Amino acid sequence: MASTQHKPHPGRTLIIFLVVIAAMYGLMAFTHSWSPRLGLDLKGGTTITLTAQTTDGKAPSAANLEQARNIIQQRVNSMGVGESSVKTSGDRNIVVSAPNVNSDRLLQMVGQTAQLGFRFVYAEAAVQAAAGPYTPTGLPSAPATPTPTPSASASAGAASASPGASASAGAASASPSATPTSYSDKDAKAQAAQVKAAQQWQPSTADQQAFTDYKCGQSVKAQDQNALVTCNREGTMKFLLSPVALPGTLVTKATSGIPQGNVAYVVNLTFNSIGATSFGTATTFLCSQQSPQNQFAVVLDGKVISNPQLDGTKGSSCPITTGQAEISGNFTQSSAEELANILKYGALPLSFTASSVDTVSPTLGGEQLRVGLIAGLIGLVLVAGYCILYYRGLGLVVISSLVIAGAFSYAAMVLLGEAMGFTLSLAGIAGAIVAIGITADSFIIYFERIRDEIREGRTLRTSLQTGWRKARGTIAMADGVQLLSAVILFILSVDQVRGFAFTLGLTTVIDLLICFFFTHPIVLLLGGTRFWGTGRTGSGLEPQHMGVTEAQLLGRRAHHVREEA
Amino acid sequence: MAELPETPRTPARTGFAHALYTGAISYSFVGRRKVWYILSAVMILISVGGLLVRGLNLGIDFRGGVAFNAPVAVNSSTIDTVRQAVVSSGPGDLDGTEVVTVGTGHVRVQTRPLSPSETTTVRQAIARVTGAQADAVTYTNVGSQWGRQITQKGLQALAVFLALVMILIWVYFRDWRMSVSAIVAMLHDIVITVGVYALVGFTVTPSTLIGVLTILGYSLYDTVVVFDKVRENTAGLAGTDVTYSEGANRAVNQVLVRSINTTIIGVLPVAALLFGGAFLLGSGPLEDLGLALFVGMIIGAYSSIFIATPLLAQMREREPEVRKHTEAVLRRRERAAEEGLRVSAETVATGSTELTDLPATIRSQPVRNSRSARQK
Repeated sequence: MASTQHKPHPGRTLIIFLVVIAAMYGLMAFTHSWSPRLGLDLKGGTTITLTAQTTDGKAPSAANLEQARNIIQQRVNSMGVGESSVKTSGDRNIVVSAPNVNSDRLLQMVGQTAQLGFRFVYAEAAVQAAAGPYTPTGLPSAPATPTPTPSASASAGAASASPGASASAGAASASPSATPTSYSDKDAKAQAAQVKAAQQWQPSTADQQAFTDYKCGQSVKAQDQNALVTCNREGTMKFLLSPVALPGTLVTKATSGIPQGNVAYVVNLTFNSIGATSFGTATTFLCSQQSPQNQFAVVLDGKVISNPQLDGTKGSSCPITTGQAEISGNFTQSSAEELANILKYGALPLSFTASSVDTVSPTLGGEQLRVGLIAGLIGLVLVAGYCILYYRGLGLVVISSLVIAGAFSYAAMVLLGEAMGFTLSLAGIAGAIVAIGITADSFIIYFERIRDEIREGRTLRTSLQTGWRKARGTIAMADGVQLLSAVILFILSVDQVRGFAFTLGLTTVIDLLICFFFTHPIVLLLGGTRFWGTGRTGSGLEPQHMGVTEAQLLGRRAHHVREEA
Repeated sequence: MAELPETPRTPARTGFAHALYTGAISYSFVGRRKVWYILSAVMILISVGGLLVRGLNLGIDFRGGVAFNAPVAVNSSTIDTVRQAVVSSGPGDLDGTEVVTVGTGHVRVQTRPLSPSETTTVRQAIARVTGAQADAVTYTNVGSQWGRQITQKGLQALAVFLALVMILIWVYFRDWRMSVSAIVAMLHDIVITVGVYALVGFTVTPSTLIGVLTILGYSLYDTVVVFDKVRENTAGLAGTDVTYSEGANRAVNQVLVRSINTTIIGVLPVAALLFGGAFLLGSGPLEDLGLALFVGMIIGAYSSIFIATPLLAQMREREPEVRKHTEAVLRRRERAAEEGLRVSAETVATGSTELTDLPATIRSQPVRNSRSARQK
């Protein structure tokens, strides 16, 4: 009436809104997902936050962090735990979460920076790149041509049938001793024995058979003391390798660059004192071998990263006893840098420390979930009870709105879990509980506005409209501030805070939708009924509560009735 | 609407809310601002003092360390036996270990930061002494640098939030004074909430931090609603007989019921959180979060009424335009009081220069006032 705006009929808005919610539940039925994904704090599991350590305290590059995340993801996957997730968080954190897993082992797996080893090549064979459903995983951010590829060297001619990488003694110019870590005699002896064992190792027939049968992409179980059959990262070559001769931990320094007077990129590596001795022994052995057994393989997480051969023809560079080696080949700048990084940090392009480890047993998780739900229920009942007490009949609007908001939020959480992996954590439940108050508050703003309008002398029916027009700006603004804080919390926060911020933001948006498309239409509809429309006792719109007469409340309508009568 | 029958405006049964709305009951929130300022200043001083003297009781998330939690049937000797087992479990320097029981079914052990292998050792020792499965002993291991990261993030979030909110409020209200008042009230809330934590000695965890950051939103939410009404009441002030402070004070009185309702409804679910966290779960994120919100929300409601609005009125009254208007209104009233012409007794009561309540005659419909003025 007083409103000149073109407004769709409130009933229609209401029906459309309810249909949308029904559609969400239909979608849930369609995807067979009826409950939201639970976070590890609610179902039990281990969450590890790894923080990258940098020498200058600055954040590492995003590419390196992502590369590390991929490698850690592979390691976690190799443990065979379902539903694990590895995510980067902020500019320097990686959050690993896995349900129902031995937390000690998980920590050992992901925190380890070096799972790198040098092995001797016993046999190699080119494989069809198309063999098997092999998708090159690991270091996906690697540039177009990673480390020397066999094909490149094959085309280079008969001079070297093996991959185009070769190792030679590093230029003496580099700082000769890069602070070698002090190792005890025992370690030195053990290391010498390890090299010797690898030299003396001969494949059994089972090993030979495994090599013949192996297809790239099949999972491998890399153990330092055993032989290994595996492929290179590109899946173009397969190898039969000896046990680990030198672990990657012996490398103290690795750099890449173009040496003076050269044109191609090389990777320089420096061993510590024990490594230098062992590397000398190992290269002496390799120099006496024929191709392909004059190669060693740099094996990372069970895959061959590089397989340089010792170039006996260069004389002086074979064997390498200085503890400094240079790997040359068809490197590009980035592939050289990558190999240097791998040699330096082992698997990870960065070194990490576990900043926080959080384990929750399934029983504790279940208990937290139960308490969270109980607290939510108590909160709902308290709010509903208060609204009924204070707003009487209008309290029913609050309760139905809260119920709809609850149904909407639940569906949104389930569907977001399906669509983008949203998981509900304890902090998330807390966010939703806090949001009950915020949602109910929007209705209070509206109802109080209606009452204000009536007090100003307007009729009930006018007030429902004018009150809404004044209230909606306030509601939108207040929710906007709330949403802003949720968004900022989400963007600028660490792990568990995010769950809270996300549900808080989600429920705030839902509150806005409910207010505009449910509460307002339903109040308009109720305003047309006898009970609410005439301000009966218990409706929450009693005229005497607002200091007006019934005639004022009903306005001209009552006036006309009186005149007609 | 001018046709409305002129019936008595005050029926027999009027509620408190109605009385507040019309001004039959009116509290001088703006006029007595000095009282509130002093009260808040004292609270802030106590908070800062508490912070400096007692400091915050930082949880292991900020200090670094390991917290184990094991199920056990608690009896009088539990703490001693568990502590003994942990200290003698192998890793050195565990004398600072704290052991507390949680409810009747759990024990909580906090140690210095441990390496992964030390963690395993201690975990097994706890499992042995409590008779629990090793996997049932849950733990949280936090490196010493972690807290710095969280704190840094929190401060970063605070700064960005403050800047954006100032812009948002300014865009909405087109008044930088409102932004400033709202932010001052919010900082007031944070300082006092943190002060309460320092004084009472509640443990500060990341959940507390979440709670404090959420209070920011809540505090502003409250203030925005009050300011919305202030703006409505003070729009087109020039044509009326109301000073800015009076309009603002009336707005606060009018939204008082709503503010109380909002606070109650906001605090009820938080109380449920606190109840669930403290009594059903013992300790953990629910309790920490609930506590911070509980304290913050109540202070937030206080500050939006007692600090934000008086501050806004004070700043606005300094503007030349507003000051001129106020002087004119007061002059008119003084004159009217002296002449004693057609002026009801109520108006005379407010004839003093002190800005207090709104005269009853002006209270009723400003719309009609302006219309009749225009007709003349």
